Amino acid sequence: MILSNTEEVPGRAIREFYGVVTGSTVRAKHFGKDLLASLKNFVGGELKAYTELLHEARQEAVERMVEQAKALGANAVVNVRFATSSVAQGAAELFAYGTAVRVD
Amino acid sequence: MLETLLQLGIPAFLLALGYVAGTTAEQNHYKSIRVRELRFRRMPTTNLRRPPAHWRVESVGLVCGHTVVSVDYFKRFLARLRRLVGGRVRAYESLLDRARREAVLRMKEEAAKGGYDAVINVRLESTNIAAPLRNDRGTAGVEILAFGTALKLARAAQP
Repeated sequence: MILSNTEEVPGRAIREFYGVVTGSTVRAKHFGKDLLASLKNFVGGELKAYTELLHEARQEAVERMVEQAKALGANAVVNVRFATSSVAQGAAELFAYGTAVRVD
Repeated sequence: MLETLLQLGIPAFLLALGYVAGTTAEQNHYKSIRVRELRFRRMPTTNLRRPPAHWRVESVGLVCGHTVVSVDYFKRFLARLRRLVGGRVRAYESLLDRARREAVLRMKEEAAKGGYDAVINVRLESTNIAAPLRNDRGTAGVEILAFGTALKLARAAQP
């Protein structure tokens, strides 16, 4: 599966459009990790626990989007975008979407 | 007596800790950013949506880099003071600058690991992931995400 955030896959022509595909996951923070992060907040810098959490979550959202594209018979997803929204205190939704297409 | 000492002592200790640890971390981070930026200076990165016409693209992939950062206690204190009079909040500027450059570097590292030669259509996004509570307690963090389309180029057309 080819992923790209450009409107077309550079060097390849789009043959067919299958429409928008999406993938999302809602993650809550781990209590212990949150505690560590709040301690880390005193000295500042990177909150590694959150970086990892969001990394995993985003990968999962992308995987789900790819699954959906595969089911449609696509071999690429173009114009991929990411969005994050907090649905509740301490939980966030990570969202990936794009257009499933077939390229040469 | 002990109570007053504790009441004043704890914030003072946190301020000192934030100042010392935060400043050291920032200096080290900038040093590492500069070193890595030099290492990746040969990898063209652009926010143009299309590659230049003479590039011969062999393969394509999506690459991301991101980081979640927060400010130290001392800087948050400075920023709160600054909020009284308004104006430029330097304490937050350097943090966001570091975070953005770090995110872009991580994206480039991912591209290099995948054997790609360039990244086009780079986008930067920031999200407030953990808003502090009303009284400035709790974890505050900003996520910076950099992503783009990595390209593997034919040997002859390498930039």
